Amino acid sequence: MPVRAITPDYVGEVKDLQANFHGNQLVYVGWDHHLMFCAAFAFPLPPTTTFRQLRDEVMVEGFSAHPEWKEIDWDSTQWLLNGEPFIPQLDVALIDQGIDHKSLLRFQTPELKGFMGAAV
Amino acid sequence: MAANKLNLKDKYRLLTRDLDWEFSYQERKKAFPFEEFEGIKITDWSKWEDPFRLTMDAYWKYQAEKEKKLYAIFDAFAQNNSQLNVTDPRYINAIKLFLTAVSPLEYQAFQGFAHTGRQFGGVGARVACQMQSIDELRHVQTQIHAMSHYNKFFDGFQDWSHMHDRVWYLSVPKSFFDDARSAGPFEYLVAISFSFEYVLTNLLFVPFMSGAAYNGDMATVTFGFSAQSDEARHMTLGLEVIKFLLEQHEDNVPLVQKWIDKWFWRGAQLLSIVGMMMDYMLPNKVMSWKEAWGVYFEEAGGALFKDLARYGIRMPKYVEQVQTEHMSHQLWWTMYTHGHATGFHTWIPTDEEMDWLSEKYPETFDKYYRPRWELAKQMEAEGNRFYTKALPQLCTTCQIPMLFTEVDDPTQLSFRDTVYHGERYHFCSDGCRDIFHEEPEKYVQSWLPVHQIFQGNCGGPGVEQVLSEYYGMNLGADNLDIKGSPDEQRWNRWKGVA
Repeated sequence: MPVRAITPDYVGEVKDLQANFHGNQLVYVGWDHHLMFCAAFAFPLPPTTTFRQLRDEVMVEGFSAHPEWKEIDWDSTQWLLNGEPFIPQLDVALIDQGIDHKSLLRFQTPELKGFMGAAV
Repeated sequence: MAANKLNLKDKYRLLTRDLDWEFSYQERKKAFPFEEFEGIKITDWSKWEDPFRLTMDAYWKYQAEKEKKLYAIFDAFAQNNSQLNVTDPRYINAIKLFLTAVSPLEYQAFQGFAHTGRQFGGVGARVACQMQSIDELRHVQTQIHAMSHYNKFFDGFQDWSHMHDRVWYLSVPKSFFDDARSAGPFEYLVAISFSFEYVLTNLLFVPFMSGAAYNGDMATVTFGFSAQSDEARHMTLGLEVIKFLLEQHEDNVPLVQKWIDKWFWRGAQLLSIVGMMMDYMLPNKVMSWKEAWGVYFEEAGGALFKDLARYGIRMPKYVEQVQTEHMSHQLWWTMYTHGHATGFHTWIPTDEEMDWLSEKYPETFDKYYRPRWELAKQMEAEGNRFYTKALPQLCTTCQIPMLFTEVDDPTQLSFRDTVYHGERYHFCSDGCRDIFHEEPEKYVQSWLPVHQIFQGNCGGPGVEQVLSEYYGMNLGADNLDIKGSPDEQRWNRWKGVA
């Protein structure tokens, strides 16, 4: 039963349809084992944003305060898209490489252990 | 003169059970339309026991006397400028959080019990809900009156009910009660009377009132004590509800168990707010959150569920996943790093406080959490107090930022998701994901503050306008670090500190 309601065949209004974001889609980005940032960030972005724009412009806003940000070697960074291993194409639009509305991207930098080596 | 005094037994009968009547020209079902859709089976309402046997006339008399005393203490508190007796102005921020996060839930409980009480075919349950409804209304009023004194001297108290409805982190308590109130009447009672009031409420009230006592806040201690006798009645109602439902029909057992699983998990996540308050916001600490959980849930709850085993009820699912070792640290770090967007002040714990945390959390604090505060200290010393720049991902069910880590790895955030009708939904935990799976049509409607901001439903365009115009925060006064805040400056002037 999709809901226990007094109204027969009750259907809820989906609050977060992409159509409600004025042309944007939501993309979440999290840096694994770097808990200076309490959670992954949510960014509203045009689906045509390229991965390069996401990485070099959008993500900078969220993550660059981290002392290890400048040390990231993007060539060896590993990515997960919605839990699956993912190889980004830098100059391709997000939507054209499967990063759709409310997708979660996680990146992993195993050589960087976080502030004081404590996954911060 | 005829004897006009009834004995207690007759009075109880006349003023509760005798208030019911037979329906002669209308179907009973139509009078109580909410009674069946949840699938709960009631065969005999007369089996409902009311251990307190309180009648409305006695209720008024008793409460009036209690409140006369309570308000005399509030008056004395105000006349003696007792706001100056609290430990330090950091303490006041716990009160701001209580007023915006918890007191409005008392009001929601008042509305919830008024509605629920109307829906039961049994008069005993109706009267019990009616009394609790009035209790909850009194509680919200006395809390507002107690805390209004602080509004004269400190920032952040001005618009608590407006904030409760809008502010991002307050959607956590608000949505908890919205979820319960939009359920059927039996789930509401299992959620609020049993899971919250009976199983978990001691974790809210006892530490909070002791915290107030340890920190010189006699007004809060007094409203806490005044509410205690009501709470005892509420807890008894919670237990009676469970026993009654389980004894009425065996088909009720799996439904009740499902609700206990759900509401225990929702309650435990919600109470991380209290954990953060106890471990970080009280200048004089009472006990750690982990200790409080041990005393008030593990010991008391363990015995309770042993008792309920004879009905076929087991411990709540996910009880092993409640992370009392980590949640308070992770939540206060979230509030600290979002301190530009909170309606109260945040701060780095002092060195002494960090030592206390090491002692209370010997396996984890130094390893995982002290380094965060070292980083915060370093950034602050460089004149660059850390405020995070982007908005966090939220859990669709509990609406808390997805800040909790994996049960087996405190260095890795816990991510869960599911796809329903082509839309992806994210969760902080197995518990929250499973609650969604039970009733997706309910939670697709979650009003997630971060998403609402991005949809343009909270003013803007920038976060500053959302905070000041939509939330009603006085930026530069209500928010940011306690260091350099107007609250701190005034306090230092009153205390003659340079």
